[in-house]
Amino acid sequence: MKHEPVHQGRLKSPFYSRLERLDTVNEWHQWKGYSSADQLYCSDTEYFAIRNATGVFDLTPMTKYRITGPDALDYLNRLVTRDMAKIRPGRVAYAVWCDDNGQVIDDGTIFHLREGEYRLCSQERHFAWLKAAAIGFDVTITHETDDVAALAVQGPTSYSVLSKMNLEGLEELKPFGLMHFDFQGSELMISRTGFTGDLGYELWIDPDKAEALWDALFEAGELHGIRAIGTTALEMARIEAGYLAAYEEFLPADETVRTGVSRSPLELGLDWLVDFKKPNFNGRRALAEEKRNGSTWRLVKLDIEGNKEAHHSYIFSNAKARGGNIGFVTSAVWSPVCKQNIALGTVKTPHGKPGDTVWVEIYYQREMHWNRKMAKATVVDKPFWFPPRRGATPPGPY
Amino acid sequence: MTDKYDAIVVGAGHNGLVCSALLAKAGKNVLVLEANDQVGGAAVTREFADGYSVSACAHLLYQLQPEVRKELRLSPKLATEDMTTIALAEDGQHLRIKGDKVKGVSDDDARQYRRFRKRMTRFADLLRTYFNKPPPRLGTKNFKDLLTLAQLGFDIRRLGKEEMQEFLRLIGMNIHDEVTERFDSPLLKGAISLDAVLGTHLGPRSPNTIMTYLYRQAGDHGRASAPQGGMGAISDELAQAARAAGVTIRTSMPVKRIVVDNGRVSGVETESGETFSSYTVISNADPKRTVMNLVGAKHVETGFGRRIHHLRARGNAAKLHLALDGLPSIKGLDKKDFGQRIVIAGDEHYVERAFNPAKYGEFSPHPVVEMTFPSFRDESLAPTGKHVMSAVVQYAPYGLKEGWDDAAKEAFKQAVITTIARYAPDIEQRITASELLTPADIESEFHITGGHWHHAELTLDQFLFVRPVNGAAQYKLPIDGLFLCGAGAHPGGGVSGAAGRNAARTILRREKAL
Repeated sequence: MKHEPVHQGRLKSPFYSRLERLDTVNEWHQWKGYSSADQLYCSDTEYFAIRNATGVFDLTPMTKYRITGPDALDYLNRLVTRDMAKIRPGRVAYAVWCDDNGQVIDDGTIFHLREGEYRLCSQERHFAWLKAAAIGFDVTITHETDDVAALAVQGPTSYSVLSKMNLEGLEELKPFGLMHFDFQGSELMISRTGFTGDLGYELWIDPDKAEALWDALFEAGELHGIRAIGTTALEMARIEAGYLAAYEEFLPADETVRTGVSRSPLELGLDWLVDFKKPNFNGRRALAEEKRNGSTWRLVKLDIEGNKEAHHSYIFSNAKARGGNIGFVTSAVWSPVCKQNIALGTVKTPHGKPGDTVWVEIYYQREMHWNRKMAKATVVDKPFWFPPRRGATPPGPY
Repeated sequence: MTDKYDAIVVGAGHNGLVCSALLAKAGKNVLVLEANDQVGGAAVTREFADGYSVSACAHLLYQLQPEVRKELRLSPKLATEDMTTIALAEDGQHLRIKGDKVKGVSDDDARQYRRFRKRMTRFADLLRTYFNKPPPRLGTKNFKDLLTLAQLGFDIRRLGKEEMQEFLRLIGMNIHDEVTERFDSPLLKGAISLDAVLGTHLGPRSPNTIMTYLYRQAGDHGRASAPQGGMGAISDELAQAARAAGVTIRTSMPVKRIVVDNGRVSGVETESGETFSSYTVISNADPKRTVMNLVGAKHVETGFGRRIHHLRARGNAAKLHLALDGLPSIKGLDKKDFGQRIVIAGDEHYVERAFNPAKYGEFSPHPVVEMTFPSFRDESLAPTGKHVMSAVVQYAPYGLKEGWDDAAKEAFKQAVITTIARYAPDIEQRITASELLTPADIESEFHITGGHWHHAELTLDQFLFVRPVNGAAQYKLPIDGLFLCGAGAHPGGGVSGAAGRNAARTILRREKAL
């Protein structure tokens, strides 16, 4: 019997040939088995492409599952905390799913592609959990990460770029909506979703058409400042938008060993995603109890004085660090577009209410020597970057 | 039309009857719905051939708890009490075992057996005290749970240093190692091995078969009796007690689903479309059937559903019933010996070898047998001068590779009869009718998933604090108002009534606390 050779080493996305052509720095990391670029030329330039023009990010390694079958809706409603009955075909839902203890396993987006046909996308892989959740349901779950090539096309000129690609009706597409188009005989799905908090789209297509789509996109975007971007730039935009990332703001609950290190949706500021009107969903009992008794942790967005990035800093309730720390920073960045020193963090309740002042202990190196600074920080309510154009339909031309 | 009850019990197995009777005695208005046309679940007497009746599934009474007897004022009439176990030898030199005495072995073995029994009895008594209370929850700050846990620790410690070490050493161990260390007599080793594995999907070399042996001893020190009129008589008496306490029992009423409304139980719906409402539903059905079929996976959470789904409950014991036109002759046995419990388990390897094929989905060509001739002391079961034989035979795996079709059943039946014929050469001529119930038949006739008489394998990972699974071990399922009261709950199977009684007490205590 002949065996196919086992693939070793990193997978190359169907867009790899195009990324490789643009790459000048050869800085890659591994994302779920795929090579994914940290940056292609300069992460700062790439960042400004997102905020001022259009950044194109290869989303292919993003985990994708197709969920179909007569019980698909019941299945998803039991899986995630929000009410999926409200998500009609052609709509996308940001959702979070928990274990029985109400601890977050991951967050992601669920695309209602067609009546009763869904795609669930997340950063991490969850096949075992999704299969366990399918026991007793008439659903089929297909892992389709490798079967769908995907690009994030994000930034103020993203609509202008796409509008040159003969996509009829795209101007009507609202945030968290999706549409199907024809692209050279293949189906091109476009959703108005993204990870940057700005106007932006995600494009989903058959891997065979990936290169052709890339070429068409970059041809259309030539006069609109289109640029390929890597993860470093995207991460900056992600923090500005106040979005969560697994392994940053929370650990997938099924990966944790110790108790108390995972987070519930209530502790991540996702109360609005938890619909207690649903009679049953994973974690409901535990979350209802947490709601009654109060949460231990709270996610905070911090506006920090100065310009020293507060990576991994402890957070205190006072400048003298009396009483021990109340939490720590999970993601931090100097935001070029906001001109603010920003961070996401996790603090113990009752600390961290919007408007509260906390203190962040920042260590930074200057010519090898370490310095320590207690920086004052304000807990803010809104995302740092939330431009009106993000929600405008039809989007304006830039 | 919807009738409203304080509690509805799904299934009139003996535990369901005990539970309903105790609830009714506490003033509750209780309804019991039974799928079959007679009460008793797997403890029933029924005719299998013209004029011949037999205990259809469970056939010996080991462990009916004194607490249950007392509280329900039961006084079952026994045809045979405290039976002797006779381990058959081909040469007629059989062993006779009763209590801590064994006849037919060397003095050394007899002495060893006494010591072995003394220790086992002590450990079994320790277990028994925990059979009659709900197991404590782990990882809780509840005072009562912590107290029970502390008590368990204390009770084990109180055995004394040496015995505590022995207890902790033995509890997870296999029976094979223990019997080969202690005894010389192959028959004795075989008979003890059989006691440890009867009714399980385990061989004598499987871990935790000492625990299953202790479980068997824990009821009534392993004393077996046969009720007058078969096991159905016990169920009938229980049903009578329940009715006297005010319970409504309706047979031939299979429940289609347990209705869950907004996260809490609101009643049941029968196959015939009738609905009965109650905010307390107690399921005597096995945990898998209860959660996956009657309630539905969408009403529980994923982790819990997965645990229930993976519950190990593959039955491996079959029942063989023979109608005989007279007692067979067995070399070395007196006529009166037919009132006893007769086992075929040549030696400890014989039992393990019988188990081997079962691991691979095949039945034993040389099965182990526990047989009784209940008609010997109980004339109601067979026409005058005729007899019935009731035997538990294993191994007959639920998931037989080829499936339990007629040919497979016939082949296994023949294997059993051939095995018995080695000791009773004339048995085949005496058979006028026969019936074999494989685990698949037990599943369909008694509605037990997997046809396992413990509802869930009796192993340490499905025992005590975690029986049937974590999150349901205190009779309460994670749906408000839904409880378990059958063999799948603590402590396990066997006609003991402990699970039913504990469940009733849990429900009544919760009400008091509210």
